[in-house]
Amino acid sequence: MIDVLFFARYREVLATDRLSLNWQDHWQSVADVRSHLIARGEPWTVLDDPTMMCALNEDMCSLDTAVRPGDNLAFFPMVTGG
Amino acid sequence: MIAVQVQNAPFDPGQLTNRVHDGNPSIGALVCFTGYVRDLNLQHDVQGLFLEHFPGMTEKALQQIAKQAAQRWPLQAVHILHRIGQLAPAEPIVFVAAASAHRQDAFEACAFIMDYLKTRAPFWKKEFTATGSHWVEGRDSDQQAAARWNQPPSENS
Repeated sequence: MIDVLFFARYREVLATDRLSLNWQDHWQSVADVRSHLIARGEPWTVLDDPTMMCALNEDMCSLDTAVRPGDNLAFFPMVTGG
Repeated sequence: MIAVQVQNAPFDPGQLTNRVHDGNPSIGALVCFTGYVRDLNLQHDVQGLFLEHFPGMTEKALQQIAKQAAQRWPLQAVHILHRIGQLAPAEPIVFVAAASAHRQDAFEACAFIMDYLKTRAPFWKKEFTATGSHWVEGRDSDQQAAARWNQPPSENS
């Protein structure tokens, strides 16, 4: 399993703030998990966003960061605090 | 010497400034930044702001930014406070203090922390106007401001 969290605009468009996905053996990076979700079609294509940010286990990461079963992954739009 | 707070409650920037300095006479320079909620953004009358964040990651991210500043400049104290939840125009939203023996380190560290906070801390603003609500878009200019700290210092600085 891998837990995936969504924030802000993504959370609203997807109408969910988290889900657990069954682990797929071919997954290697954050990009693979994202592709799996985008392949579901609307509204998951919201994640097909060149400015998307992500965090793995509560640290900022990039699409090529390696993922493992049990990880906590988060997808969110560009941050706008301050 | 590093303090990080995430809270809904309003704060008094003057009180925070004094608290950072209190009991530390080796501080010669204290640079504080306070960000406020504006009543105007992109020509909309903003009636309020909602600040979403990533519980669990937010404080960790702010701690990391403060630590990076402390590694880069000789700092006596760093204080970061960011508010979350519902906020009204003119209320303070963020406070950053950097204390050092000399002003240049304190000025630079404070600017660095704000630039990194705006691009690396998991906060999202939603604006409420008379015609509805919308998420504030991230800005390239903020990304560029943060990127300048990756450049090697210029020869005449």
